[in-house]
Amino acid sequence: MKTQILARKERDAREAVFPDLRNVGILARALMLYMAMVLGYALAITAQPSELIINIAVVLAGGLPVAALVGAAWALLAPWLRRLAYWQAAGLLAALTVVVAAWGARLTDAPAWRAVPLALLGLTAILGYFHTLGRALSPAVTEARLQALQARIRPHFLFNSINGVLGVLRADPKRAETALEDMADLFRVLMRENRELQPLADEITLTRQYLNLEKMRLGDRLNVVWKLDKMPLDAVVPPLVLQPLAENAVYHGIEPTQAAGVIEIEVARLRSEIIISVKNPFLERAGAHHGGNKMAMSNIRERLALHFDAEARVTSGPRDGRYQVQLVLPYVAMTKTTDTRSLV
Amino acid sequence: MTNMAAPVRPKRIIIADDEPPARRRLFDLLDELQPAFPHIVVAEVDNGRAALEAAQQGADVILLDINMPEMDGLETARHLLKMDNAPSVIFITAYEQHALAAFEVQAVDYLLKPVRRERLLAALQRVVPLTETQLEALPRGARRYLSISERGRLLLVPSDDVIFFRAEQKYITVVTAEKEHLLEDSLTRIEEEFGGRFLRIHRNCLARADLIETFERDADADGEAQWIVTLRGRPERLPVSRRQHAQVRSLAKRVRE
Repeated sequence: MKTQILARKERDAREAVFPDLRNVGILARALMLYMAMVLGYALAITAQPSELIINIAVVLAGGLPVAALVGAAWALLAPWLRRLAYWQAAGLLAALTVVVAAWGARLTDAPAWRAVPLALLGLTAILGYFHTLGRALSPAVTEARLQALQARIRPHFLFNSINGVLGVLRADPKRAETALEDMADLFRVLMRENRELQPLADEITLTRQYLNLEKMRLGDRLNVVWKLDKMPLDAVVPPLVLQPLAENAVYHGIEPTQAAGVIEIEVARLRSEIIISVKNPFLERAGAHHGGNKMAMSNIRERLALHFDAEARVTSGPRDGRYQVQLVLPYVAMTKTTDTRSLV
Repeated sequence: MTNMAAPVRPKRIIIADDEPPARRRLFDLLDELQPAFPHIVVAEVDNGRAALEAAQQGADVILLDINMPEMDGLETARHLLKMDNAPSVIFITAYEQHALAAFEVQAVDYLLKPVRRERLLAALQRVVPLTETQLEALPRGARRYLSISERGRLLLVPSDDVIFFRAEQKYITVVTAEKEHLLEDSLTRIEEEFGGRFLRIHRNCLARADLIETFERDADADGEAQWIVTLRGRPERLPVSRRQHAQVRSLAKRVRE
């Protein structure tokens, strides 16, 4: 146990992994930083306001080809760079930057004494930024935040379910048995440390078990339609991404009304993404009835951000008379390494 | 004097819970308590409205789940208060932190799900009718229905159907598309309860904000000129008091845009 912890600490210390420019979030941040630097430099060399636009264009014309080439090499070599020690990777990229900047300067007759240091400064700024960010999001910190964000089931649900089991116990002991088994599975997942990605199929099973429990209480009022024919069987996802959505759908779309309602759950793979959508009846007055679903939604949003950064999206809102929540996350297959938290 | 004790009339009980297994559970427990607490379950209902209807037929105790669709237990209890011979209420709830605190403060009897047999028996044996002050202090949302007593009967008017309220001496006239009813309540309380849905246009009048159609100066007012509003589909020209003028005008403007 102790050695395990030590081993992990050691790994964490080594784990200043080189940023992966193929990641959308990282690329976007790098681009923003680059544009800020271009703007800063253009401002510094501008004397008249009217010249600012021209100067930005000039700076971009000189700098963008170099940045694009270095960036492309960085993205292409990312899998390999990330296997090197951090300083080796940084050194290689710096050397490449010097060569590209010098060559670019020669092509355009610009003074190399300015182009090369400028390009190096830019690279240093970007790497420095990601290094700091990486420390802020270091595995230990991320882990702590993931734990704090662990999806929590509503206490209401626990007591209602126990009551439901007691209600069917005499008339239908088999049903009561299954219900208790489902509850055990559900709470096992809810109470463990949910940090690693889990097979999507497990999450589906868990959600089915949850909905079975609710069906016991709500009877004919709750109807579920599953659309899983395009679901990737080998995908892994953060645990508890679907179950809380189903819980919200029951809470806001089924419980507040006596009418029977349908919850539609669709999971599909679209190229490199997994799309999970949950639709439930949209009840205008449900908002007044209960406290709103902001807690569960922001919890999922934050957990997805910690796992996938900008590559995951969450949208929700009324649509065609139903309320829809949609998650889009990158498709990660089971065989690949499931640790996506060390992107930075 | 051997005044033979008249056989104890079994208590009439209503079970109100929207979840079938929860009703079943209460029914089973009550059945076991039959020797200790002779009773008949006169109705098993799955919402507050049906509970009120059952209560009109006569009942002594109602086991009332708080979390029910359409009309929750707290609102149901509020309407029950207006009935003659209303049954005593035992609330049942799964878990509502805030509500529980309020219940304890008000000494209103409540049972937690899952309900225990002994606890249920204790509650049944000491039930007393609820009082208005107890209910007042419990958490409340806007009513879905207004309960109106008409010739001893309880009439439920969906609050969504109300077009305007007008205060008259002792009562409030509730105007819906079909009918007018008399309600014992206060405009201030209704205004607070439905926050924004009804707009105060006059000291004695609350009108549905989203139905305001025109806002104009009354031409044929003898003497003082007066502002009036009309509501969609209604013939009434409702006077706007000077105090409410600015508020009504800004709303009417927003509606027009």
